Amino acid sequence: MTLVESRNITKVYQAGEVSVKAIKEVSFTIDEASFVAFVGPSGSGKSTLLNMIGCLDPPTSGTLRVAEQDISDMGRSRAADFRGKNIGFVFQDFNLIPVLSVFENVEYPLIMVQDWASDKRRKRVSELLEAVGVADQTDKYPRQISGGQKQRVAIARALVTNAPLVLADEPTANLDRKTAERIIDLMKKMRDEFGTTFIFSTHDPRVVKNAEIIFTLEDGRLIRQHTGEGGNHA
Amino acid sequence: MRNIVKIAARNLWRYKRRTLLTSLLITLGVVSVLLFVSVSGSFRNMMVGQITDSMIGHIQIHKKGYLSSMDSLPLDRNLSEKQVKKIRKLLADNSDIKAFSSRIRLGAMFSNFSETTNIRLAAVNPEMEMKTVPLLAARILKGKKDGLIGRGEVLIPELIAKGMKVKIGDSIVLVANNKDGSVNGQTFTVRGVLEGISGPGGRDGVMHIQDARELLRIDSKEVSEVAIRLKDMDRLQMVYDGLKQKLGSIKNKKGKPIFEIHTWEKLSPFYNIARMIDLLTLFIKVMLVAIVLVSIMNVMIMAVYERINEIGTIAAIGTKPGKIMALFVTEGLLLGILGTVFGVALSLGGIAWMNASGLSFNFGRQKGLLLAPTIGATEIIIVAGIVVAIAVLGSLQPAIKAARMDPIKALRHI
Ligand SMILES: Nc1ncnc2c1ncn2[C@@H]1O[C@H](COP(=O)(O)OP(=O)(O)OP(=O)(O)O)[C@@H](O)[C@H]1O
Ligand SMILES: [Mg+2]
Repeated sequence: MTLVESRNITKVYQAGEVSVKAIKEVSFTIDEASFVAFVGPSGSGKSTLLNMIGCLDPPTSGTLRVAEQDISDMGRSRAADFRGKNIGFVFQDFNLIPVLSVFENVEYPLIMVQDWASDKRRKRVSELLEAVGVADQTDKYPRQISGGQKQRVAIARALVTNAPLVLADEPTANLDRKTAERIIDLMKKMRDEFGTTFIFSTHDPRVVKNAEIIFTLEDGRLIRQHTGEGGNHA
Repeated sequence: MRNIVKIAARNLWRYKRRTLLTSLLITLGVVSVLLFVSVSGSFRNMMVGQITDSMIGHIQIHKKGYLSSMDSLPLDRNLSEKQVKKIRKLLADNSDIKAFSSRIRLGAMFSNFSETTNIRLAAVNPEMEMKTVPLLAARILKGKKDGLIGRGEVLIPELIAKGMKVKIGDSIVLVANNKDGSVNGQTFTVRGVLEGISGPGGRDGVMHIQDARELLRIDSKEVSEVAIRLKDMDRLQMVYDGLKQKLGSIKNKKGKPIFEIHTWEKLSPFYNIARMIDLLTLFIKVMLVAIVLVSIMNVMIMAVYERINEIGTIAAIGTKPGKIMALFVTEGLLLGILGTVFGVALSLGGIAWMNASGLSFNFGRQKGLLLAPTIGATEIIIVAGIVVAIAVLGSLQPAIKAARMDPIKALRHI
């Protein structure tokens, strides 16, 4: 089943007089339960593309379908709704909420975005914390845990709502190599366990090789799609 | 909702010093307002009580035009016996009225057999007068207080007692002009000395109404004024409006109203001081509003600015703009409540302390009046309500700004 379908999408940024074409007529499809990396040099348009897939930024032209919905032209409130239901986010800087504990950070989407009953919610959060391997950190606050642990918590938060798609823009950029690899392994494990599609961007070749499908961007164009080392069954 | 409060409260806790300073500022504002309101309010009520309860009463009824020529104490502007009857009937039927007293106001020559001076007098029925102005007896400095005044007796103002060197028990002569122009004099015994207070009638003597009628050779039961005491001062305006409407409908042959009616506010110059106090209170409340508005807005603008990244994060993961707004408004609201709770507690403590330590002051010739500041629950609720409402208002603009933020821009912000 196709989860993401992009047809000729273009993104033009207007900065005063100058307009920057960040994405140029890009088309691709991504199936459910895929493990995908977007790679390319800095400024090639990885973040721009991920933001569009994540329904944070509409394409200037072309059509973009995610989870069987056309997201090319959505209002702010509907976009927020769509994101809350269908997309989990993992950020380069982890972006945990500092005033909430590890447990509460993972719980956040189930309270403030969706509306889960408390017993169901607690069970789900514990399950996810267990799955990402930070069950022993539940009562700590973000400032009290390491970068790798933070990213594990962030992955748990992205997965907690059962969203079919998790987007991670440079999830390992702020982590050392070993930790970065563990995080990528964890994401893949989560994909296996929950059937969630992961799309991440990176320019670290050692991280890239773990992806199953690799899209290479250059100057806003999709120049290559190939199977990575991790993609023995893709 | 509980979680919004939880997050807002933790964010306040996160910036402890700033939260403390801001709530302290609000506390200070609340304390100033509540203390001012309670002290000035009790001063005002005390003064108003003094004036209404020892002299004027709450409302007075005269014949039309009496007040404008009151200085000359005209006898030809008295209410006739028939008119008095109408008024009595009207007042007796009114359940808001506790008591009323008919008075003849007159001017006379006062002689101690060696010197002569002018004296202004209120001639009253002692029972009615004591019910209408219960604190009048308290103004008797020397001489017995119960019964107020008897036949053949006169209460003289302090100034005359001193100036004419008259003592209690002395005989004096009062000589008065009658309506027809003739003159009549009678001997009276000085029963007591009255403390003077500011305002019309505040330096007048008191005599028995029956004596006045004999002195003035008035056969009918005409009077100069009817003073009224209400059961509940708070209903003053309502009772006044009701009476005014009823009295106004009584007209003479020319179709002009016969009576005029005034509240103490029109009769006493203290009303202007009372108004000034009210105005000052209002001014201080406006200051409080400004303090709360500026401090909350300032803090919330800062809070939004510092948390742009967090706002971007929660917006990206699907938090609706309304909830983001609620988070910040709640934060401002909590800050307002915090300041208010401290402020109210401190004020109540302050008021209790003032009462315990016995704050006294002098007003005019009255020395050592004990101030007993109190504050009503309504006033506290109003002030607290204002502060909390302004706290919400002050955080609204920053909260809307947070809610409208573009998640991508917010996430990219460093
Ligand atoms: N808001 C914006 N306004 C104008 N130009 C923008 C904006 N966002 C991105 N761009 C431009 O679009 C192009 C693609 O940027 P993008 O951030 O997607 O690249 P990237 O591949 O994510 O780079 P990096 O690896 O450095 O993160 C760049 O030329 C960038 O300058
Ligand atoms: Mg990028």
